[in-house]
Amino acid sequence: MSHHLDYLTLAIYAASFLCYARVLYAPDLWVGRFASALLAGGMALHYFALLERSRLTHTVPYDDLYGSMSLFAWLLGLTYLGLEILHRQRSVGAFVTLLLIGWLGCLPLVIRDDMPTAPPARGPLFAFHVTLNTWAYAAFALSFVLSVVYIAQDSILRSRRAGTAFWRFPALDVLDRMSRSSVFVGLGALILGVAMGLIWEHRLRGTYSWGDPKVIVTLAILVAYVAYLGLSRSANWRGARAARLCAFNFLVVLFSYTFVNLYLTRFHRFF
Amino acid sequence: MPTITNPNRTETARVQVALIGCNHRTAPLELRERIVFTSQQALEAADELRRNGILEEAVVISTCNRSELYGVPAETRAGSAEAMEEFFTSFHRIPAAELNGRFYRWAGTDAVRHLFRVTAGLDSMLLGESEILGQVRTAYAQALEYGATGPVLNRMFQGAIEVGKRVRAETEVGARPMSVALAGVKLAERVFGNLKGHSALIVGAGAVAEQVVEHLRNRGIGSLRVVNRSYEHAAELAGRVGGEAIPWEKLETVLGLPDILVTSVGGTGAVLTRDLLERTIEARKGRPIFVVDLGVPRNVDADAAGLYNLYLYNIDDLGEIVEQNKKAREAEIPRAEAIISEHIKKFEAWRATLEAGSIVDDLRDRFHKHRELLIREKLAEMDDVSPEERQRIAHITEELIERVLEQPTKRVRQGGGMRGRLGAVEALRHLFGLDEKSEEKD
Repeated sequence: MSHHLDYLTLAIYAASFLCYARVLYAPDLWVGRFASALLAGGMALHYFALLERSRLTHTVPYDDLYGSMSLFAWLLGLTYLGLEILHRQRSVGAFVTLLLIGWLGCLPLVIRDDMPTAPPARGPLFAFHVTLNTWAYAAFALSFVLSVVYIAQDSILRSRRAGTAFWRFPALDVLDRMSRSSVFVGLGALILGVAMGLIWEHRLRGTYSWGDPKVIVTLAILVAYVAYLGLSRSANWRGARAARLCAFNFLVVLFSYTFVNLYLTRFHRFF
Repeated sequence: MPTITNPNRTETARVQVALIGCNHRTAPLELRERIVFTSQQALEAADELRRNGILEEAVVISTCNRSELYGVPAETRAGSAEAMEEFFTSFHRIPAAELNGRFYRWAGTDAVRHLFRVTAGLDSMLLGESEILGQVRTAYAQALEYGATGPVLNRMFQGAIEVGKRVRAETEVGARPMSVALAGVKLAERVFGNLKGHSALIVGAGAVAEQVVEHLRNRGIGSLRVVNRSYEHAAELAGRVGGEAIPWEKLETVLGLPDILVTSVGGTGAVLTRDLLERTIEARKGRPIFVVDLGVPRNVDADAAGLYNLYLYNIDDLGEIVEQNKKAREAEIPRAEAIISEHIKKFEAWRATLEAGSIVDDLRDRFHKHRELLIREKLAEMDDVSPEERQRIAHITEELIERVLEQPTKRVRQGGGMRGRLGAVEALRHLFGLDEKSEEKD
């Protein structure tokens, strides 16, 4: 992070994390509300940081790896805030904000100045395609966090050793519903994003790149998450097994976001 | 048993708080049940204590574990604690000898600390229990409405209620379940969240199972079914808790319906086998089921714990959790004590402001008395002073006193910076001989 606005955003996310962690340790309605307000405030600032960056580089925020990862973090926060309001549940806020801080804090470490920049943006369809796909990944990341908490909670319940955090985590049922909601958001964004990408490519080249590894892996991700939604309500998969599947699916997303983007794809290598 | 007193307690001249009482530590149940005050009696006692001039403000707290009198002794009254004890024994018509050594007495800061520890649940039989906060709140509200309280007890009890709330919100002292029955229900909430839309089946009708049912009802469980070998017993319990009684023969049929299963069948061994529960889970299409086995010997096959989406807890598992929770609550005591100390400092700062306010009033009285004496004495020696000039001299001296006292009055009204200055206030009182006021009056 090189900009003051970015540092300030990170500081606010850190403050939000501290408040969420405090709520996890000892529930307090007002500290919880303050944590949410800080997260919302941090996101507003983060939005302006992305906007400022776009203005300076005269392009979209996801033009390079830095912008892309920053946008991912912003969309992750946005999805979480939406779910927090929908499910009235703050106890996973500490994990999500910690992920945000880790993600944004790592940016200066993983990004080099000599990294190639992406090809210039190509109209609104392309912009929506990238933004929606990034949003889908962010929502899947959130479902990953929720699934990991589910697995931990389930394992504690089975071991019959209830520690301090155990009594603070959300119930398995709530975690399951939140995870499914997050996957619904991710799938919706992914389907729309892929559709827009295909339309954009057809307009540009008159063909579809079905053979591109990125497209193949993305479609596999889509199928994997649809399978998760179906299996998570079936007799044999409902519960911890579905949570494990959801966590595994995100590893595929990470594979797609990193290895496939960097080494396999031809035209999805936008950094 | 000797009467408990604190040798280091701080005695202050004006805003003193006194407390006497008995609790589960100092008196056995047979004695405690004889010294209980009903709500009406508590108000009558407070009224009588004030009418007799023993206390200026009074609040009586009476629960199954404690009976306590809190008050602000009348200014001129000495030995208020003895008078309160005497009143206590005569009110309940109990020979003083029977309560001798059972009372604890606290005064000043120690009385405040005691009340704050009571509302925090630190003085309770079950550490951190929350019922006491509601009981103190009710006792105080009734005394307030009745007009038995004044500024000191109002401040003290409002502080105590705040302490109780903060300790429960900011520490783990009252957070975790401390009974087997509640632990079972709280664990079920870890699986299902809100229990309102869920159902429970009670197999057997043991005492702990009834407690579980009570907790489930308090949490608004959707539906309750009771199965027992004796249908009459099942019907009786179901009738009491607003559930449905099911004949024993239909146990297997209804087993797939509930999300929470509580078993408490005496002396029969495993009633629910692994195979039976496996079929139950299949019938539930994999929906999780939470099983609390309260039976000794166990009613549920231990092997069933390995079934997918079945969470099984027996009485030992729950007992162990309760024991862990007890230790966790005890570990939180220092944090609760820190909150209490913080609020005691606040109360003492307020008390210092009140004390300082009374000092300024006393000084004003003293100065005016001296001024009048001086003017009378000096003017008697001056024959050539006209009545107008006498008036002017009187006016100027009065103004001088007001000017001298203007700043301290203002500072006292602002109240800032008074924290921890109670000793200084006392020193001032001593310096000006204001602690001898009552003697002067006589």
